[in-house]
Amino acid sequence: MATVTPDTGLLETPLYDLHVAHGARMVPFAGYAMPLQYPSGIITEHNQARASAGLFDVSHMGQAVLRGADVASSFEKLVPGDIAGLTVGQMRYTLLLNDAGGIRDDLMATRFEEDGAFALFLVVNAGCKDADFLHIATSLGGEATLEILEDRALLALQGPKAEAVLAELAPDCRELVFLEGKDMEVDGVSTFVTRSGYTGEDGFEISLPADEAQVIAEKLLAHEAVAPIGLGARDSLRLEAGLCLYGHDIDETTTPVEAGLTWTVGKVRREAADFPGAETILTQISRGPPRKRVGLLPEGRAPVREGALIQSEAGENIGAVTSGGFAPGIERPIAMGYVAVGHDEAGTSLNIELRGRSVAAEVSAMPFVKPNYKRS
Amino acid sequence: MPDRKYTEDHEWVEVDGENGVIGISDYAQEQLGDVVFVELPAVGKILDQRDEAAVIESVKAAAEVYTPVSGEVIEVNEELNNDPSLVNSDAHGEGWFAKLKLSDPIELDALMDEASYKTFVENLR
Repeated sequence: MATVTPDTGLLETPLYDLHVAHGARMVPFAGYAMPLQYPSGIITEHNQARASAGLFDVSHMGQAVLRGADVASSFEKLVPGDIAGLTVGQMRYTLLLNDAGGIRDDLMATRFEEDGAFALFLVVNAGCKDADFLHIATSLGGEATLEILEDRALLALQGPKAEAVLAELAPDCRELVFLEGKDMEVDGVSTFVTRSGYTGEDGFEISLPADEAQVIAEKLLAHEAVAPIGLGARDSLRLEAGLCLYGHDIDETTTPVEAGLTWTVGKVRREAADFPGAETILTQISRGPPRKRVGLLPEGRAPVREGALIQSEAGENIGAVTSGGFAPGIERPIAMGYVAVGHDEAGTSLNIELRGRSVAAEVSAMPFVKPNYKRS
Repeated sequence: MPDRKYTEDHEWVEVDGENGVIGISDYAQEQLGDVVFVELPAVGKILDQRDEAAVIESVKAAAEVYTPVSGEVIEVNEELNNDPSLVNSDAHGEGWFAKLKLSDPIELDALMDEASYKTFVENLR
């Protein structure tokens, strides 16, 4: 899936040449040379995905298929999600947990049928994929087999016009609703398409052979409604949508409960208490966690950034910002971070450190911008 | 024609008599991307050469602007509070940051002129 550029030692996705041809500024990200932005700039790209459709190269992410006699039950040993409850074609956001209930990674799992058997299609974060795949393969060795899909690319087409655009090449995409996936041909190329994304918009992720990716990407980009979108706008879009960025908003030290991801702990899983870190997580669910991830709205125009300390109005240190930036959709700074419990109610006033002084902020419900998923 | 000088950090100063207007170069704004906020210095502040004169926030990150020359801040570009994107659209003009009363004009001699800066930037690309 990736070739290495000798100059930089960075991996390239199958769309590297396309990014360069479209004038992208390439930056290192998780070991890959990735487009930060194209000449139109992050705000324009952000607004493009909200108003029309944007194409993202997410081929750096890890793709794999997990197979086994009872693959759902096997995978449930590593995640708190109700995987056994997935029907064919259903996709779920779930978490690889450590034994302390910390988050090793967040991922998407889709159940599909193959030769009459169930299998799981997994998409994990680029920065975690080697560790994730090693963890899955070694933990489930003997009962499940992990096939890492090295020769696949992954495209995300996101925005209110994504369906109309993709349907011109793959009419079947209309049959999917949010968090469903199926095999389909996109302009004659065999792909696996899910209705999912990381922007808060309706859209699709298309897993396809690496050597077909450039042609399909160019076909999608040829549509007047579509423009290429880089990592910069991917970040501002997901932040507005209140979605976590692994390694920043969630990591090995944060639990799903603290992260506001208790909803990913399936009901049947809580009863069975059979996932890593179950004791810690279930205790936090019943008694409350010591801290919580919250949305933050700083006053004024200056963005607050990751690492900025958060203080209560009384001046105690109560947490830190984990992601912060400017939200083009509401034209103001937004952030998320962790605060000690008791300071996590929407509307709570607090202060965030900014260049040696502090800026007033308010705890906000998330998402910051209303999502536009196609739920039915 | 006023004399414009540049630093290796991509700040410029345009000298007019005993005053100098400072800003960042077009190359710098391009590297920063969409500017969403500029924190300007207080009028009356005394800055030494290379002191932090302003902070630019782009969508992605914050960047410090260092003054190319020493002096007292006598005016700031209030328009940037309303429209920080002026730094992107007109870095060498309406996107200026502050006007300084120069305290040590001899500093200008060590800065790059237009032609040298142009060469300097070309070598970075």
